[in-house]
This record gives sequence, C-alpha cells and structure tokens, in this order.
Amino acid sequence: MTLALDAVPRLWRLARLDYNPVRERPVLLYPEGAVLLNDTGKAILELVDGRRTVAEIAATLSERYQTDVTADVTEYLSRLAERELIQ
Amino acid sequence: MTTHERPTTLLAELTHRCPLHCPYCSNPLDLLRAESEIGTEDWKRVFTQARELGVLQLGLSGGEPMVRKDLEELAAHARGLGLYTTLVTSGLGLTRKRAEALRAAGLEHVQISVQDADPVVAERIAGVSSVKQKQAAVALVKELGFAFSINVVLHRANLDRIGEIIDLAADYGADRLELANTQYYGWGLKNRASLMPTRTQVLEAKEIAQERMQRYKGRMQITFVLPDYFEELPKACYGGWGRYYIVVAPDGRALPCHGAYAIPSLELPNVREQSIGWIWHESPAFQAFRGDAWMREPCRSCPRKAVDFGGCRCQALALTGDATNTDPVCALSPHRHLIDRAVREQADEYVYRDYAEPQRA
Repeated sequence: MTLALDAVPRLWRLARLDYNPVRERPVLLYPEGAVLLNDTGKAILELVDGRRTVAEIAATLSERYQTDVTADVTEYLSRLAERELIQ
Repeated sequence: MTTHERPTTLLAELTHRCPLHCPYCSNPLDLLRAESEIGTEDWKRVFTQARELGVLQLGLSGGEPMVRKDLEELAAHARGLGLYTTLVTSGLGLTRKRAEALRAAGLEHVQISVQDADPVVAERIAGVSSVKQKQAAVALVKELGFAFSINVVLHRANLDRIGEIIDLAADYGADRLELANTQYYGWGLKNRASLMPTRTQVLEAKEIAQERMQRYKGRMQITFVLPDYFEELPKACYGGWGRYYIVVAPDGRALPCHGAYAIPSLELPNVREQSIGWIWHESPAFQAFRGDAWMREPCRSCPRKAVDFGGCRCQALALTGDATNTDPVCALSPHRHLIDRAVREQADEYVYRDYAEPQRA
C-alpha cells in the first residue's frame, strides 16, 4: 500500500516525536514501542502535521536537499502507514 | 561479557495490592504486602537512572497502581524525564479527581483491563463487582483525552465472546486493544487447568479477531497474541533475556521479566542497594541467560537461537524443572509432550474427555 501524493498524513494520536539524549537519536514513541529515527526520518515526520499533503512534504524537502526526494518520502511514510503509525 | 543493548522498557510493579482477584494474574503466588513496598523517592531514583540508561517506555503497573497514593507524583517525575508512560490499571480507584491530577501530571496513556463483554462473567473472573467502576473510568479516560488502550486476557471462559469483546472495546472508544491469551505463570499456572482453551476455540477466535482487525482498521489497533501452548515455536520472551526489559518489583527487586521470581537460582538485585545501571550491565541475574552461552541442545546448534533465544526461561523451569532447558513449547524440545498433554487434558476434561482418551479415565 503506497500513500497517494494528495494524501494528508498525520501521526497516530498515540505517537509522539521525541529526542533521546542517551542514544543521541530522534525517536518516535508510542504505546509498547519506539522507532529510532535518523535525521531524514525526523525531517519528514516534523512536516507531518495533518495539513500538508505527501506532495507538499516532498516538495519542501526536495527544495531543502536540492534533489527530488518524492519517492523516498512516499516510501517512508507508506511504511509507517502500514504499521499504523501514520494515518 | 557479550555486548548487549540498552534497555527500552521499565515495568514498575508499584504494588501487588489489587481489588481484583483474577485467577490468571501473572504476579507471583507470594504476593508482597504494603509494608514491603519501596517508597516514592526510591521509585523516582529508579526512573531517573532508567532514563539515563536509555529507557524510553515506562509502565506503571501492579497489582493495581491506583492504590499508591504517590502515583501522581511518580507520573509527573516520569513525564519530566521524557518517558512515555502507560498506566496499567483495572480502572478501580481511577476517580475524577485522580484522573485529572494524572492528566495534569503529564501522563499520556492509560490501559484499562476488561475481563469479558458479559458483565456477569467479567465479575466472576475478577472475583469482585467491578464493571460499573470500569465503565466510569473508561468515560473519564475518554473525556480527559488520554491515549487509551484496553487489554483483555483471554481464556476458556471468555474466548468464545472475542467478537463481542472487540466490539465493546470499540464502543468504549479505545485507540488500542490488546488481546492476550493467558500465559501460564504465577496464578495463571496454578489455575491452568481451568483456564486452558480448546484448540477449536483458539482457531475460531483468531479468525474473528482477524476479521475485526479489518473492520476497525484506522480506528482501533488490535493485537492478538496466540497462546504459545498452541504454537510450534517458542516466543522470544521479552525479546530475549536482559535485552530490552527491566521489571522492578514492589519491594525493589529487579528482574529481567515479570516471571523471573520463580527461578530460585537467580539472585535478584535490589534497587535499594544497586543502581539500575549496575543491575543492567553487571548483575548476575541480568546476565544469567543473556546471549547464548548458557544454552543446551537443541538450542545451542539451532539457527533460530538468535530469533527466539530458546523461548521462556521461566516456562522451561516451571515445566521441565531446569531453566536452561529449551522452552517446552518448541517442537524440538524433548519435553514438548508436557505442553501437548496440558492442552489435550483440558480439551478432554471440558468437552469430550471420555471419548477422546478413554484409557486415561
């Protein structure tokens, strides 16, 4: 299942983006689980606000990184959606 | 010493006191009394040390954690540290005043146990009038906007109502539903004969659960854990011994899993005397079954040893008499017949005993 470009992703209500100083890593926390994130994952999730579309998130990051990251962003969010961490 | 991971989860068993009397309780048969419980400052120190060690998740559990008067203070301390905290409660004692105080303290997630969709059976299992109080607690949790899970322990007396149970959880507005088949430790093992479901029940329940998972997708997350007695491969208990999990008992003893009280050879360290860091990295108890050096055959040469870690040490001890044996759930275990017998005897006793195995009568 791949998210459509015009889908508006939002974080699962129970999940919280956080930073773990011990691991020096951003982390997505939710009941009974956690995903350790890299900087790219964090950059994507910080733009997931329930208003921006996948396309808008990808456009923002493509501009920031000066390269088209649409496929990566879509895949990343789709993977989290499969785990129901993104809705 | 083998290298090991940082722990992710601390389960704080704040007390063994509980208004409920569920026969499958995983607490040890030797329940601790209030006077042996460690104090507020002890728990705060434990949370701080756990956070410094890398713990991300905290469970405030028991017994019934609401009986602790300092729960709000502990929740506030945990939130200040950045821990994702779950209150694991029966719902009894979660009054409006206390629920609001916990919300103000920054508690994020409340998990309430439900015994059955049928209130009469639910109260027979709990051993006490409790359904009305649970409904009130559920309403409060929803009103105050907590992240909300329901957990249900499944067994022979409620498994046939799994569909109704899931629908009830959806009506209650749960974000998550954990359907956990009884694990046979502590009181659960003592009552195994009356709790064991039949294979047919388990398979039908699994099908219904899968159907409901689709129905409630996007609205309520459902996890259904198959009972390990009905599996061919053992569970990777707690993701492996001393890999992610720390349990601290009401009296301050630290355990790698909440069943480890039952392993008498373990010298359990106590947070009154030792830091969580020492307990995790150095204590003999946490190293006892870490890695694979302790394993015997068939685990030692098994390609799955890094997947399931030989299964559960407490179950190996309880059923085979030796904690270093392969979990008898494993089809390769020479003790597998003990599991099969427990399942078979149950099914027979409850339904067809005389027909299935007349020679055993």
